[in-house]
Amino acid sequence: MSTPRPKAAPQPTPASQPFWDGTRAGELRLQQCDACHEHVLYPRPRCPHCGAAALRWVRASGRGKLHTYVVSHLAAPGWEGETPYVIAVVQLDEGPRMMSNLVGVPADPARLTLDMPLQVVFQPRGEQMLPLFQPVEVQS
Amino acid sequence: MSRKMGIAIAGAAETELGALPHMSEMDLRLDAAHRALADAGLTLADVDGITSAVDSPIDVAHYLGVTPRWYDGTSVGGCSFLVHVRHAAAAIRAGLCSTVLVLHGQSGRSRVGWTPRAVQPFTMQGQFEAPYGGFAPPTMFTLPMLRFMHETGTTHEQLAEVVVAQSHWVEGNPRASRNKRLTVEQVMSAPMIAYPFTKLECCVVTDGGGALVITSAERARDLRRSDAPVYLLGSGEACDSPLISMMDDMTRSKGFRLSSRDAFAEAGITHADVDHLMVYDAFAHLPLFGLEDLGFVGRGEAGAFIAEGHTRPGGKLPLNTSGGGLLYTHTGMYGMFAILEAVRQLRGEAFRQVDGVRSSVVQGVGGMFTATATLVLSNQQG
Repeated sequence: MSTPRPKAAPQPTPASQPFWDGTRAGELRLQQCDACHEHVLYPRPRCPHCGAAALRWVRASGRGKLHTYVVSHLAAPGWEGETPYVIAVVQLDEGPRMMSNLVGVPADPARLTLDMPLQVVFQPRGEQMLPLFQPVEVQS
Repeated sequence: MSRKMGIAIAGAAETELGALPHMSEMDLRLDAAHRALADAGLTLADVDGITSAVDSPIDVAHYLGVTPRWYDGTSVGGCSFLVHVRHAAAAIRAGLCSTVLVLHGQSGRSRVGWTPRAVQPFTMQGQFEAPYGGFAPPTMFTLPMLRFMHETGTTHEQLAEVVVAQSHWVEGNPRASRNKRLTVEQVMSAPMIAYPFTKLECCVVTDGGGALVITSAERARDLRRSDAPVYLLGSGEACDSPLISMMDDMTRSKGFRLSSRDAFAEAGITHADVDHLMVYDAFAHLPLFGLEDLGFVGRGEAGAFIAEGHTRPGGKLPLNTSGGGLLYTHTGMYGMFAILEAVRQLRGEAFRQVDGVRSSVVQGVGGMFTATATLVLSNQQG
């Protein structure tokens, strides 16, 4: 038996460092283009929509909707003992989509309705804070 | 207007398939190459172009013992071999080479001489997907399906029907990994892998290789298989997002639409001209996307089209007639085997042969809807 591997953790690059600085500060940050006004994720040096060197970091609402998901019965490295778990795609209110996990709701299709409203939360992963999402109704 | 030089698949062959722990990936490529050359009636001395995905074409050429004038190492996942055929055709037309070996060998099951495909933590996937536990295609490539069902009304039963339809083609084929006829109940009651996908809605995992000899149509007429020519009438290549969560539209494949549009246009065909279709099926939703995005059916119609039997033996659009990656074989980069089944059908040599096939469309995908390529093949020269 090999030594257990940890769950995969993100490693920031210069372009993405502000995103991960944001999650550490409890904020979901996106880039927005001053030229075409599109929101951008994943982080880049220039806007992929119009090519302008006019991206600035903005704080996103942290709200989105459950766009789609799978319930994984396979354990990724580090996820042993946690199956089944939900791998979700969240449609952020600002426009971009992102992969995430859901917290505060069981990995049960009967409890997972597409387009259900979600709110970002943060949990540590490696040296970073990882953005996860929970259903809005479970918030106090 | 000058007519474009005709291009042909003058040789085609598969290695043994299944569990082949005595062969590395390089060995599989070498075996496939010699089988395809024998099929074409050629030798290594005739080869002046070579392609390979994952491993360098230089490594492969040297392992074989050829010194190509032209090579292509495009490595974009399972549709790489369709892309190689397209690029080889362009190179032959440009006079850069005359006889190209398109090679695939993969030890997907035994992992002998297998290059790990690790996601580095600084990549976009490493930062924005891998942390969420979707480490392999079964838990990521499948993500679009619930959204597709939500927006199109496609049902779980219709997803299972994709596998059932293909089981009618593969039933009894001794070369196939799964060769029993299946029912919807059997498919839906198989162990859950990544809801909504059961094990039978995910591809098999095998070792194997395949190769094609690409040359001019004129030269192919002088070769061993001049009795059964297969011509490349059109091709296309396209792409979408490298991150499946950020694909253009999770219920439609931009890549399928764009690469097929170019291939149909170059071939000058319409959907009514297509007698046979292969859609890369690592997972059971891909033929549904393929039928809709290639325009064979309307939005939301693919599930019913398959469930009604139109893609089964005797149906109006025979689809994945080898059993596909779901049932026949899937080494990890399945595209070569989709091409090879189209070649068998066009030659009249398939295990379950479709009557009167004149044209076949092969739709490939690489990554997770990331790269795409389309070939239009025919036994009639345009």
